Amino acid sequence: MSSDEILMSADGVDNNRRRFLTAATVVVGAVGTVAVAIPFVKSWNPSARAKAAGAPVKADISKLQSGQQIIVKWRGKPVWVVRRGQDALDTLDNLADKLRDANSEDSIQPDYAKNEYRSIKPEYLIMVGICTHLGCSPTYVPTITADFQGGFFCPCHGSKFDFAGRVYSGVPAPTNLTIPPHYFIDDGLILIGEDGVA
Amino acid sequence: MNNKPSTGGLIGWIDDRFPLTKMWEEHLSKYYAPKNFNFWYFFGSLALLVLVLQIITGIFLTMHYKPDGEMAFESVEYIMRDVDWGWLLRYLHSTGSSAFFIVVYLHMFRGLMYGSYQKPRELIWLFGMFIFLALMAEAFMGYLLPWGQMSYWGAQVIISLFGAIPVIGDDLTLWIRGDFVIADATLNRFFALHVIAVPLVLLLLVVMHILALHEVGSNNPDGVEIKKHKDENGIPLDGIPFHPYYTVKDIVGVVGFLILFSAVVFFAPEMGGYFLEHANFIPANPFQTPEHIAPVWYFTPFYAILRAIPHKLTGVIAMFASIFVLFLLPWIDRGKVHSIRYRSQSFKWLLAMLVVSFIGLGYLGALPVSDGRTLFAQIFSVGYFGFFLGLWVISKNENTKPVPERVQ
Repeated sequence: MSSDEILMSADGVDNNRRRFLTAATVVVGAVGTVAVAIPFVKSWNPSARAKAAGAPVKADISKLQSGQQIIVKWRGKPVWVVRRGQDALDTLDNLADKLRDANSEDSIQPDYAKNEYRSIKPEYLIMVGICTHLGCSPTYVPTITADFQGGFFCPCHGSKFDFAGRVYSGVPAPTNLTIPPHYFIDDGLILIGEDGVA
Repeated sequence: MNNKPSTGGLIGWIDDRFPLTKMWEEHLSKYYAPKNFNFWYFFGSLALLVLVLQIITGIFLTMHYKPDGEMAFESVEYIMRDVDWGWLLRYLHSTGSSAFFIVVYLHMFRGLMYGSYQKPRELIWLFGMFIFLALMAEAFMGYLLPWGQMSYWGAQVIISLFGAIPVIGDDLTLWIRGDFVIADATLNRFFALHVIAVPLVLLLLVVMHILALHEVGSNNPDGVEIKKHKDENGIPLDGIPFHPYYTVKDIVGVVGFLILFSAVVFFAPEMGGYFLEHANFIPANPFQTPEHIAPVWYFTPFYAILRAIPHKLTGVIAMFASIFVLFLLPWIDRGKVHSIRYRSQSFKWLLAMLVVSFIGLGYLGALPVSDGRTLFAQIFSVGYFGFFLGLWVISKNENTKPVPERVQ
């Protein structure tokens, strides 16, 4: 017998078996820990109540005048409805080279709003009023000046957007403002939060 | 088992069952600290003092505060106006958070000057950095609780930082908030983290920080190892017992600190909008972003780095990197000489550059953006990161002065 075997038999220890049992215990314990952690982690998800509060909302836009903006609350976020006049729409035509994502390729909007005006009807812009940089709410700048062609300006970090919420180059916001799913129930009423039935 | 004969009496009875005298001696009466500590060594014990102050005032504030989206703002005003001495509890706590960062920044600067992070004190530095991280989390979550405009929009900006992470970003921010925007759910969980989770972690880290310190022993302004020269009893020749020498000395620091601290609490608790921002006296309104969002002063240096870069993901990475790089300091500095007293001229210039950059960033981070300021923020950001790069370069073959054998 080798000295190892004498030692082993003297102590009555089977190291292989001991190692296997230790490893098995660790593995089972780790799996159990992960399983127990899941409910704790998931408890941080939006609750059923928060999700229910995120249901679509209706907005009456029949009294909105040209150039005016109203703010509708959807999922606790401000959603802007802006009625753009012809002068505002005209500014959108010749800005392309100053914009980061003029064709909205990298931005979030439903397919029916992926056009030059980023809207279903050119006149009405429906947009989430949260800056794509760090979530501030930009300010509506309805006046067109030589310095700024009008649109939206974020006071937090100086991001600028045109009248279609398209972001200018050289500002921190990475993409255009988000267009939420929406549709016209009739001429004076829109529903925000759901795609229309085609 | 302790086999020593019992010393008798009450202490003896306890010592047979719990290492009371042993701990007292190990950490206070027979912990030998270098005899040449200067005023820079006040800030460790002062940080401990502020921690205790925050815990005590915090406990009493929770007795009146309501972590509820509808009631939070009102309950803070209730504490300020209707609770007996409530204003004092609240101002002690709010001023305490700023004081905590002042003390901790000075404590860290001390470490930079005297090489307290260098071998063999790397773990002390790492534990300290984790404390700093926990402290930032604690301060950030605490600032949401008054539920004012700046609480709300500051949290909105910071949580959105995680949205910059590719692929999982949006789901992650939703998970952190627990709602589609910052809401009652966010306030409630931040309250739980601020009051229980982070303080527990902080306390544990502080214990580890001090245990690691007492294992290797304190550094000193000369950066020499006092354990190299011991008397016949194994006591360092340049060491003096922490108690009573430094406990008494620290009391002087405490008195000085409390004079300044009280002056702020009683005469300028808002500190002109730097300690408590003006916009935070308006209740949170998810539809109205304040004209200008700035974090509280202690976050502004890092915030300025974020804003200096006109690209979302890169900006976020740079900001986190500016904190992470501090963790690596013990390995970035390849020098053998600890103290600034015996280091090269280039080290002094680099450290001066870091201080100027850090203060410059802090100043700019509190102001609204403009093109000129962004340029300065970019220059200071380069200065901040330049310190670490420069230190790594110069410390390899540094032109140092001779280091004395013993404390001067």
